[in-house]
Amino acid sequence: MEIFSGLLQGFAVALTPVNIMWCFIGCFLGTIVGILPGLGPPATIAMLLPLTFQMNPTSAVIMLAGIYYGAKYGGSTTSILLNVPGESASVVTCLDGYQMARNGRGGAALGIAAIASFIAGTFGVIMLMLVAPPLAKFALAFSSPEYFALMCMGLAMVVLLAGKSMVKALLAMLVGLWIAGMGTDLFTAESRFTFGQAELLDGIDFVVVAIGVFALGEVLGNMETREGVAMLPVPKGLRNLLPNVEELKACRFAFLNGSVVGFIIGILPGAGSTVASFISYGIEKAVSKHPEKFGTGVPEGVAAPEGANNAETGGAMVPMLTLGIPGSGTTAILLAAFILWGLKPGPLMIQDNPELFWGLVASMYIGNVILLILNIPLIPLFAQILKLSQYVLYPIIFGISVVGVYSVSDSLFDLSLLTFFGLLGYCMRKLDYPQAPLILGLVLGDAMERALRQSLMMSQGDLSILVSRPLSAGMLVLTALVLAVPMFRKANAWRMKAID
Amino acid sequence: MNRGEVVSGVVLAALGGYIVSEAAHWEYLGPDGPGPGFFPLWYGAAMIVLSAVLVVQNFLAKATVAGRPVNWREVGRVLIVWAGFAVSVALLKVLGFILSFGLFVLFMVAGMYRRPLRVAISVAVGCAAGFYLVFPFALDVRLPIGVLGF
Repeated sequence: MEIFSGLLQGFAVALTPVNIMWCFIGCFLGTIVGILPGLGPPATIAMLLPLTFQMNPTSAVIMLAGIYYGAKYGGSTTSILLNVPGESASVVTCLDGYQMARNGRGGAALGIAAIASFIAGTFGVIMLMLVAPPLAKFALAFSSPEYFALMCMGLAMVVLLAGKSMVKALLAMLVGLWIAGMGTDLFTAESRFTFGQAELLDGIDFVVVAIGVFALGEVLGNMETREGVAMLPVPKGLRNLLPNVEELKACRFAFLNGSVVGFIIGILPGAGSTVASFISYGIEKAVSKHPEKFGTGVPEGVAAPEGANNAETGGAMVPMLTLGIPGSGTTAILLAAFILWGLKPGPLMIQDNPELFWGLVASMYIGNVILLILNIPLIPLFAQILKLSQYVLYPIIFGISVVGVYSVSDSLFDLSLLTFFGLLGYCMRKLDYPQAPLILGLVLGDAMERALRQSLMMSQGDLSILVSRPLSAGMLVLTALVLAVPMFRKANAWRMKAID
Repeated sequence: MNRGEVVSGVVLAALGGYIVSEAAHWEYLGPDGPGPGFFPLWYGAAMIVLSAVLVVQNFLAKATVAGRPVNWREVGRVLIVWAGFAVSVALLKVLGFILSFGLFVLFMVAGMYRRPLRVAISVAVGCAAGFYLVFPFALDVRLPIGVLGF
């Protein structure tokens, strides 16, 4: 009943003309971002974040969330038509989507991707609505030690799943913690890591790091070559974009598989939509009557990963909104956006800001409908964006990055920092250091240090407070397990190799 | 051995060393609990340990896992773009956003993408004008102003 009345309140917020407009703009931008290879939702949200400071926070979050899940819809287009994933989560869609397009079923593949995205995206929102309120109520019992343990657990899971190397992910996270620690210490007013620069006394703005590492790092990485890619013909006409009955029938289980797997993986911090899409593709192949056909252009090979990719969004919002723990780079930026608007995502979020929470949930229902409408008939139109030359697009991204940072701080010093973080982002990409742990370390660093110091103040410096409370002890044990399992696995692999 | 990983490991170890040495100057534990040096000391130490692990892992890998060869031509191209961007940021104080951004776009289109000068000038003027119309004019967002007053 509580959920039902909350949802009604949410629709009253989301259905105002102004919020429908922002939802549409977010979905529209998200679709474009998803289509453009090399420009992801974290970079776009980071770039646009400063421009939302003047907006009402509810409208702003509706728009930014629209970009987040809208990009998931658009990401499949380039996978299917170009064999180039628009997003990392669409990598697996290339396997069957591109083959379908080569077999003359490109339109059907695009249609299946849109339908799967709609079904799974809506499922994700329903589950978000059902899971978030009880989880937030449970988390109300948390105090500083539990928060510290929870943040440790979130960071541990993220660094494990963020990249190929656990050591590199941990190092990236530590660099994020270091950047978060710069500036004046809140407890003692001691200045830390300021290099004698007065501009660093307030620390480094999150926006500068996020735009530098994600947006500029990504564009610099894409600028290594001048070459474009060859696109298969874009199917025209609504009839050519709709799958036939046999194809839809083949996708029945894939729609369900993608929805459930995507949502569950989304809740786990760090797993992300790429993992979700690969797992649901693997499950689909494992249960299929014709697994050998996967990779040759089967519709369920498109439906499962695309569904998982979209349902993950709803799942990823759960820990971010109810615990204040982001599970990915994009949710970390959204979390920072909430903090910058003066909101505090966490257990009290739903209670203190019901309009915002339920407005966001309701807008996601509306957004999924908008995206279905945008993505089926208008795909040929959106695909034209791919013809936009790199030499026009990339300077625009550089320009928006500069404007974004300057609009927040009015500081040329911050623009110098942006230049530095752009290079850092490129180096990280080049050396295979995942960027998400750095951003998460930066977002959580301050709160994590505060929680730890408050906990130790409560216990007069006795560290046992972290393990003497059942919840925090449980979470720290889980953290240790999460970090230890891959080490044991690696040690075992070495042992087996030595035996061989 | 991946030389990039070894170099990055050494750089990060040095950063960890710097963090630990700085944290050592701040109070670790005070009468009210942990001081400003408590948290940095731990993550600085963790950084040194993990960097060492990264470097040692690479030495242990020997020649069995060869690092990806670096295409220095591609890296050089990126560094030139980055240097151009850094110069345009440095020029903001003197030239202001519109001029310095226009020059950066001109450099990108003509220099990096080898488009004819006519095309490059059109794109540069179009981008600079577009930014002026969208940000200060339509959205009332301030842009860096140079000595010329725009």
